[in-house]
Amino acid sequence: MAITEENPGYKWVGTRPIRPDGLDKVTGKAQFGADLTLPGMLFGKVVRSPHAHARILSIDTSAAESMLGVKAVITGSDFPDLVANGAHPMAIDVSHNAIARDKVLYEGHVVAAVAATTRELAEAAAKAVEVSYEVLPHVLTVDEAMADNAPLLHEGMITKGVDPAPDQPSNIASRIVHERGDLEQGFGEAEVVVEREFTTKPVHQGYIEPHAAVADANSDGRANIWCSSQGHFQMRADTASVLGVSQGTLKVTAAEIGGGFGGKTVIYLEPIAVRLSQRAGRPVKLVMDRDEVFRATGPTSGTRIKVKMGVSNDGKLTAAEVWMAFEAGAYAGSPVGAAGMTVIAAYDIPHFLVEGYDVVCNKPRVAAYRAPGAPMAAFAVESVLDELARSIGMDPIDLRLANAAVEGTQASYGPKFPRIGFVETLEAIKEHPNYTAELGPNQGRGVAAGFWFNAGMNSSATVHINENGTATVVTGSPDIGGSRQSMALMAAEELGIPYESIKPVVADTETVGFTDVTGGSRVTLATGAAVVDACRIVIEDLRARAAKTWDVEVDQVEWVDGQAQHVDGSQPPLSLDALAAKSGRTGGPISANASLNARGVGAAFSTQVCDVEVDPETGVTRVVRYLTAQDAGRAISPDYVEGQMQGGVVQGIGWGLNEEYVHDQNGNMENPSFLDYRMPVASDLPMIECCIVEVPNPAHPYGVRGVGEVGIVPPMAALGNAIKDATGVRLTDLPMTPIKVLEALNEQSD
Amino acid sequence: MARTHITTVINGDEVDFLAEDSTSLLNALRDEVGLTGAKEGCGTGDCGACSILLDERVTCSCLVFAPEANGANILTVEGLADAGELHPLQQCFLEGAALQCGICTPGFLIAAKALLDKNPDPTETEIRYALAGNLCRCTGYDKIVRAVQEAAMQMREQ
Ligand code: FES
Ligand code: FES
Repeated sequence: MAITEENPGYKWVGTRPIRPDGLDKVTGKAQFGADLTLPGMLFGKVVRSPHAHARILSIDTSAAESMLGVKAVITGSDFPDLVANGAHPMAIDVSHNAIARDKVLYEGHVVAAVAATTRELAEAAAKAVEVSYEVLPHVLTVDEAMADNAPLLHEGMITKGVDPAPDQPSNIASRIVHERGDLEQGFGEAEVVVEREFTTKPVHQGYIEPHAAVADANSDGRANIWCSSQGHFQMRADTASVLGVSQGTLKVTAAEIGGGFGGKTVIYLEPIAVRLSQRAGRPVKLVMDRDEVFRATGPTSGTRIKVKMGVSNDGKLTAAEVWMAFEAGAYAGSPVGAAGMTVIAAYDIPHFLVEGYDVVCNKPRVAAYRAPGAPMAAFAVESVLDELARSIGMDPIDLRLANAAVEGTQASYGPKFPRIGFVETLEAIKEHPNYTAELGPNQGRGVAAGFWFNAGMNSSATVHINENGTATVVTGSPDIGGSRQSMALMAAEELGIPYESIKPVVADTETVGFTDVTGGSRVTLATGAAVVDACRIVIEDLRARAAKTWDVEVDQVEWVDGQAQHVDGSQPPLSLDALAAKSGRTGGPISANASLNARGVGAAFSTQVCDVEVDPETGVTRVVRYLTAQDAGRAISPDYVEGQMQGGVVQGIGWGLNEEYVHDQNGNMENPSFLDYRMPVASDLPMIECCIVEVPNPAHPYGVRGVGEVGIVPPMAALGNAIKDATGVRLTDLPMTPIKVLEALNEQSD
Repeated sequence: MARTHITTVINGDEVDFLAEDSTSLLNALRDEVGLTGAKEGCGTGDCGACSILLDERVTCSCLVFAPEANGANILTVEGLADAGELHPLQQCFLEGAALQCGICTPGFLIAAKALLDKNPDPTETEIRYALAGNLCRCTGYDKIVRAVQEAAMQMREQ
């Protein structure tokens, strides 16, 4: 493990104890989204469009309604018309994506829903809902959607970000541009210029737990929702908006969440479940099938990306030109904006133009997926960098080192970088024995790097000191991968009491202050900072109580190792237990809240090296060795930092080699199962070696940057570069399936 | 609809329940018996989240009709610990941080137990193939494989 700054002697931060929620999760006790059953609960089922693009002519619910045991049937007309209400366009999209009104825009779009006394009945009733459609021509890719005279999804869509604004509607929602310097001059200064075009397919987040929600509506307008979500406050806001009710009428409890990766930051089932429950007067559970998860949730964008870059003979990048088009799915909002900001941000390039298009098409609305937008962009740029390094005969790490962004570099998207650890990740890889390990026949090695901003945003925490001197740490961040542990470690460090004395709790929307989603790699940074702040308020209070007890000034009291100490040692120390036991006589219970909008996020970088073996007979690529180095700032919980690094890499390996949405010409998904949408399994993989780099984020009390996302940015290019190294062929179309590898090999030998 | 009376032994106890003929054993366990440890990730036999031991064989409970389990001996994740004492696999998963979200964990524990019951000293490759029917999207499998290796070692030493 590379540590660039000495660990300042933390007792708990940086250790590897057992996670607080672990026992429940290895014994089957943990309650995930679909695990809750309430008395009298009904099962719901959603009716979905079989067409990629169609006008809804009529919906006949009478047959379903007349079935014995069917308690509610709803359609889009059961929800308020946000267009007529003049709602924000984004709120309208959320509402129309939750349940279609006049048109369906993708296969799987919700058109109606039922609730019945059994699962089987609900399914039968859903089938009995008769919807008649006028099928419309559809567009599935950015190429089709951007073509002249393409069928339009939204008749009023005028491209934003173009001056003057176009006078005709199109499927292009917006255009983004970042530019600096003079491209012509930049390319003129280059010794070698490489230009390539890349395509990537939509891929799903692939969380193993399907979306699930239980709603229990009361006759007074209030409702309780339990759901698997990355952010129950976000669910509350969006569900309230779709239902047309005040947020205060909804209480949302986050169940344990079985994976999300960005895909559970958006609502699907929640407003449907509430409306069904209101109509039926009973609790309703809605759980998606895997097939529905694929057809109607996630994925991330398919893309077309063109990259042209120039380099001087001494390895200095002189210019970059990038053109990108991202599928948004049915509604505006692909991650092309983030892609444009990240695509060349890791490098200091004097002249560039980055142009991106957000394009709607008849596929499910894309949802965030781990470092949204950055992986596809990095696949393109990091592949071109590999070509540049080869053409000037430079080591690929040295090329990146020669151009790496450092503290003070003006990022391509605007601000100057504060202290960052990109160079340190490059060096960690370069010094690791894997980088020079001998390669066997048909094997090759590829390097790639990645950048992600990480997010800050809003978080709240409450710390209660219990009467026996233990602490309860309450936050509003669903724990998707061990965050309870990092909260407990930081609280233990602050309070100076054992980790085991801390109970971290994820509370519902009525029990803790507003907290944004578990996403953007932000929980340990922002919610962690709120926990630290709340602990520090508690410590102030404890010092004041000790001072009062001793009848001295507060500044005579220090908080050390979980006890109040008099600076000159003239009083016997007062432990947290002792202070807690006497709290009733020193001012009442000891408790503090902290809420913040985290500033000073720490940018994350990852460099990865991968060795592959390509079978020249079958074109199968096998990953034989993988090493990832990532700047965590500070690894509060190294086990779960490694977990994030490894998980991101393996999702990237799936994206690079196997995974893709396959649609037929009618716009129906052909592979909506785990059998046909094949994600990596244990036997596909080697161990994923991790090197945690720690260049502390100066803006966080413990130096945390956030680790969740950047790991998925480099793998596709690392794989492509390794395949190039092994075979001499460059693949530019994801996924790099055996058939594509074979075709490229055959072309090469022709 | 007619429901069948099914008699089983689940986690060492005799358990009777009723289920429709078309109900999966997974749904019967979850809805009728109240054991929600086995999870439905796909319902088509492709993810292993619903794994149980059915008469000592690892089985996707989503692929079995509930009445087919009549007379069977079933082990679910809830029965893995012995009177509160964790199975070495459970302990090693905890100590080795072999779970992130934890939705796949019950299935992995069952599949790994079936492996170690048959083969107390598996190679890394044998572990990877024995677990290839179980999907985990969070961990990249590294820490899961290591936890199984560690548990196997501890169980051999016992
Ligand atoms: S739920 Fe049974 S294998 Fe996926
Ligand atoms: S830990 Fe989340 S799927 Fe395995």
